[in-house]
Amino acid sequence: MDAKVATNSLVIAGKSFSSRLMIGTSRYPNQQIMMDAIEASGAEIVTVAVRRVSLEAGGEGLFDLLGDRFHLLPNTAGCFTARDAVLTAELAREALGTNWVKLEVIGDDETLFPDVEQLLRGAEELVAKGFIVLPYCNDDPITCKKLEDIGCAAVMPLAAPIGSGMGIRNPYNLRIIREKVSVPVIVDAGVGTASDAAVALELGCDGILLNSAVAGARDPVKMARAMRLGIEAGRLAFEAGRIPRKLYATASTPVDGAIEL
Amino acid sequence: MSGNIRLNGEDQPWSDQTLRDLVAGAGVDLDKGGLAIARNGEVVPRADWAQTRLEPNDSIEIVHIVRGG
Repeated sequence: MDAKVATNSLVIAGKSFSSRLMIGTSRYPNQQIMMDAIEASGAEIVTVAVRRVSLEAGGEGLFDLLGDRFHLLPNTAGCFTARDAVLTAELAREALGTNWVKLEVIGDDETLFPDVEQLLRGAEELVAKGFIVLPYCNDDPITCKKLEDIGCAAVMPLAAPIGSGMGIRNPYNLRIIREKVSVPVIVDAGVGTASDAAVALELGCDGILLNSAVAGARDPVKMARAMRLGIEAGRLAFEAGRIPRKLYATASTPVDGAIEL
Repeated sequence: MSGNIRLNGEDQPWSDQTLRDLVAGAGVDLDKGGLAIARNGEVVPRADWAQTRLEPNDSIEIVHIVRGG
């Protein structure tokens, strides 16, 4: 891209990233496609999980495979309580040598919506322990504001349920969140295709975290590239400033000098 | 002393050994990156594995980094 029209970079906890896309490592058809998709996405932040060694599921050597090239962001997926999430984050910190964590505390298996009470408690504990906390949360401005006040480095509201591909279900909430908090707003979950990502960025959201939309696409590598472009387009449009919506037409061609019969 | 320990949710007989011995005995490659251990809900730093002796009723979790979203 022409440097003169490059987008501003994303800054989280004082660290600058040129990509506004964070990508997950789950559910790709195979490891090579995963690597190619991550490459095509341009993402610098890549999410991983922490599990018991005996429950190995294609994770062998993942750290050695990705650790040198990407900023690995461990999640606390599968945790239902603040206590479990805090221990998972501490294990991830030990395993990866990072104090960054994508904090997920879910309320039930069917919706995977966050348990807000436990999420706030977990965030408080982890911030006190010196973690850089990026919480997956509801698209609720009040919760997001509380998470910011606790000291989270970003807020990551869902656009729709995890893995649903339903897109941006409540754009107005995302706009309110963007206006009410000063930390980065990363849309985490629900993005289905490139236009969803573009819409989120046009609304002013600072980035996207996604996994299923790329891993589950017929061609994950192409979709990863599409997401990269969608995010770039959306951000450029946001920075450029869209024209106001009007009910009636405004001629784009000057009317002066038109012939009269 | 006798008793059990719990390793990743499974009971097994306790024996007087270090965490490092336990991990190696479980077939885990100690040189692999991305490993971590919790003992009774507290993380044990890698540098302490060789000095930490198991006690009966210890609950040990050995985890590593896997794919996630």
